[in-house]
Amino acid sequence: MSAVAEAPAGRTVEPHQRRPIRLAELFLLVLALAAGTGAFAMVGRATTGALPEGFWLASGMLAGVALVGHVVLRIRAPWADQVILPAVVLLNGLGLATILRLELSGARNMAGADATSNAVYSLLGALVAFAVLWFLRDHRSLRRFTYTAMIVGLVLVMLPLLPGIGQEINGARIWVRVAGMSMQPAEFAKIAFAVFFAGYLVTNRDTLTLAGKKILGLQLPRVRDLGPILIVWVASLGVLVFERDLGTSLLFFGLFVALLYLATERFSWVLIGLALFGAGAFFAATLFPHVSARMDVWLNPFDEALYDRTGGSFQIVQGLFALGAGGLFGAGWGEGYPHRVPYAYSDFIYTSVGEELGLTGLLALLLVYLLVVQRGLRTALAVRDGFGKLLAGGLAFVMALQVFVVVGGITRLIPLTGLTLPFMAQGGSSLLANWLVVALLLRISDSARRPSALPVRGQVAPGGASHEPVVVGTDDAAPAGRPAGTPASGTPLPRRSPAYGGPTEVIEPQPGTPRGERP
Amino acid sequence: MNTTLRRLASVVMVMFVALMVSTTWIQFFQADELNNDNRNVRKIYAEYGTARGPIVVGGEAVASSTPVDDEFGYQRQYADGPLYAPLTGYFSLVSGTSRVEDAENDYLNGQADALWVDRLQNLLTGVDPQGSSVELTIDPAAQQAAWDALGDQRGAVVALEPSTGRILAMVSKPSFDPNELATHDTQAANDRYEELLNAEDDPLLSRATHWTYPPGSTFKLVTAAAALESGRYDSGTVVDAPETYTPPGTDRSIPNYGGTPCSPTDEQTLADALRISCNTAFARLGVDLGTEALAEQAQDFGFNQRFDVPFSTYASSFPNPQDPGFADAFVALSAIGQWEVTATPLQVAMIASAIANDGELMAPYSVDRIRDPELEVVREGSPRRLSEAVSPSTADQLTQMMVGVVEDGSGTAAQIPGLTVAGKTGTAQWQDGRDPHAWFTAFAPAEDPQVAVAVVIEEGGDAGSEATGGRVAAPVAKAVIEAVLNG
Repeated sequence: MSAVAEAPAGRTVEPHQRRPIRLAELFLLVLALAAGTGAFAMVGRATTGALPEGFWLASGMLAGVALVGHVVLRIRAPWADQVILPAVVLLNGLGLATILRLELSGARNMAGADATSNAVYSLLGALVAFAVLWFLRDHRSLRRFTYTAMIVGLVLVMLPLLPGIGQEINGARIWVRVAGMSMQPAEFAKIAFAVFFAGYLVTNRDTLTLAGKKILGLQLPRVRDLGPILIVWVASLGVLVFERDLGTSLLFFGLFVALLYLATERFSWVLIGLALFGAGAFFAATLFPHVSARMDVWLNPFDEALYDRTGGSFQIVQGLFALGAGGLFGAGWGEGYPHRVPYAYSDFIYTSVGEELGLTGLLALLLVYLLVVQRGLRTALAVRDGFGKLLAGGLAFVMALQVFVVVGGITRLIPLTGLTLPFMAQGGSSLLANWLVVALLLRISDSARRPSALPVRGQVAPGGASHEPVVVGTDDAAPAGRPAGTPASGTPLPRRSPAYGGPTEVIEPQPGTPRGERP
Repeated sequence: MNTTLRRLASVVMVMFVALMVSTTWIQFFQADELNNDNRNVRKIYAEYGTARGPIVVGGEAVASSTPVDDEFGYQRQYADGPLYAPLTGYFSLVSGTSRVEDAENDYLNGQADALWVDRLQNLLTGVDPQGSSVELTIDPAAQQAAWDALGDQRGAVVALEPSTGRILAMVSKPSFDPNELATHDTQAANDRYEELLNAEDDPLLSRATHWTYPPGSTFKLVTAAAALESGRYDSGTVVDAPETYTPPGTDRSIPNYGGTPCSPTDEQTLADALRISCNTAFARLGVDLGTEALAEQAQDFGFNQRFDVPFSTYASSFPNPQDPGFADAFVALSAIGQWEVTATPLQVAMIASAIANDGELMAPYSVDRIRDPELEVVREGSPRRLSEAVSPSTADQLTQMMVGVVEDGSGTAAQIPGLTVAGKTGTAQWQDGRDPHAWFTAFAPAEDPQVAVAVVIEEGGDAGSEATGGRVAAPVAKAVIEAVLNG
């Protein structure tokens, strides 16, 4: 709280000085709540003629989530992105309304639809997310858990293979059942892997980028640098082979390739990754009948024999019928027959929305997802530390990829796999995990948008932005938990507190130089 | 890393655009194809979800939709299922729709173009769409009388109003209960449908409109009409009526029924030949008139045509006169309603009806009017002339000849005290070793015809080999005529 806090007058760029009051978020939250509770009401009116049972409770819960989230952000992450939370509340609300609508249809194959339990998981997910925001003050502390995260991720991935607790549902062995609760550990594993990749790559990016031979114009990395990467590659192939889950395996792999590319800036990694996955998928398709059956269904869903076969194209064709029936504007809440589609409340919730809200609704939905993802990527662009960049980029990309795999599978862009649409599909694991992703993105975006007290390359430190003296240190973590490696090159050194010790130097403001984006 | 981050953001953008394109492709460009796929049950769901209009006979609904608490919303019910099945048809999740349920589907479900005002009103007032009611021309008393009189014999009855072509009764036995197919228990409906499809006596097919029989001696009315129309004959013309007749070009002779001579002198008037249904006289007459004249006359009475009543019926058939295989021997047989001549009971009723209506053949129809939910008439069935089958004078002579049949000929069983009935019997051979089908067609009162009836009883019904049209079928026709005229 000293001299640096004082900024000279007459600067060309006025940085944020006061804490934002997040009015935009508040306004957007009101809109999202109106859409969500409006959907509840319309679903009830269309099916029972009155407000659905528990309408006020559900609406109150959703509003509570929005309000608590908003307050937590105001207090603990005031600079965080203001669009992400409203977008997620909107998605979650629409998802609950859709599940409620399917539950109220009373159809026999919709017996699994349970809006109440999903609302409880949404609440739980949101509360966990807000707790993370409250207690995790700096995303960089996660970097300490790089290798822990890898082990946690691998263990989570392998859990379903354990006899006794692992469960096979509809051919995919991706479930774990403990004490009467089932969960899909892969949903959490994706976060663990994102943390691991970000931590590992930010440390090893230079060796991965520069060491190694150049073959055919491609810079190939050294084998010993590849160790952990190969382990994860094997793990994701293991998911494909032993758990028969193409979607999750694709998700891990996509995350992995995207982060390698981000960290090394080498396109060769993308090619290597795609080649590895292609090889794995090819062998899977030739060796495992269930994978080749999926391919047939993808290519010829309308084939009569495939349609009638158990595990054939019935589901996807019914999903396409639902989408077709929705047309441009949809049948309206409660007016369609989305419950004709097996698992319309989980894997195929996209077709349920498509039938009743139409193409208009689905395009809006995709735009909301795109908005969340692009906000995440913006966060990655803006954040100053390499770990944060990789983590935010990875989490945002994994969400985009998940939406792509689900919707692409339903609309026959790619073979159908069993992933859930984030925030919408029924499933506690998916909700909890995706709310956690949101918490991390919000935390990173707070740090990205928080005015930097550190002028770099002749920039001016903004006045009054920081509560602490600005110091320059060699590292950004406490000595006790100092991670290996240096901050990513080219990234501005992050703020740090003098409490951590080390050489301290007060930077004098240099008037007259404009503050600009780092090249 | 920011360069690669930006590239990654572009990749994400491309991914989402791809999703938007694929979704648009399905929901916009592919939608029609998907909606019309026969594996897509939404169409049926949509129809089950609306209050389908009733089918009404004599002010009572014989088919109606009642709200039920299941995923479909409405259950179709048939008040007197088997009795009206040849008219109503069925409305089923499993087997689709048939008969009036099918032909007037657009009105019953409220989607007909003519109902756009109602739909607009519904849209504006927020009222759930409702179907229109379809009122049939059926006389419930005549329908019931025909049903009762047939008993458990296999056969069909059709009654028409000669001056308009309105169908007054249409019964087919054995029948089926459309309720069993309309049930929302698809397993039960499916089982029942399979059972009916594979049943030996085909209860799903209406014998009145979707089954053809050799018309036998009832076709002599057509031959007689052709003779009178030729101008070379009248009812008093004396024709050869030998004991047996061997047409030119064959050595198989045609006997009379029971092998008896028609007349001691081997000749008689045309009226007498029809009265006692003399085979040899009409076979000779047919050869004399020739294929062209017979075919033309049959055509004028409606042979070789389908009728939309409003559901489409089978066509009765008279062979093509140009066919080189249509030799004299076959002409002789055709003239007495055998060989390849076949007719639906509806067609036979139309022959009697045209004669009764001064020779004018009216198009048969079963839908009187259609009312929208506000009871406004949106469509009214109107009588339509199909052709002049015979001249009024020919019709007159034929009427007199048919009166003779009932007064002291082969059809005395159809006599009704105080009423002049005109009729014609038929006993149709159809397969060696099987009993002949018994026919009777009639109209009454002869002076001012109100109803024309055709009755067929397969294989002679209860009477078996002893059956003749006059003995077995005429009483059924009589019962129907009485029901119509006393109603």
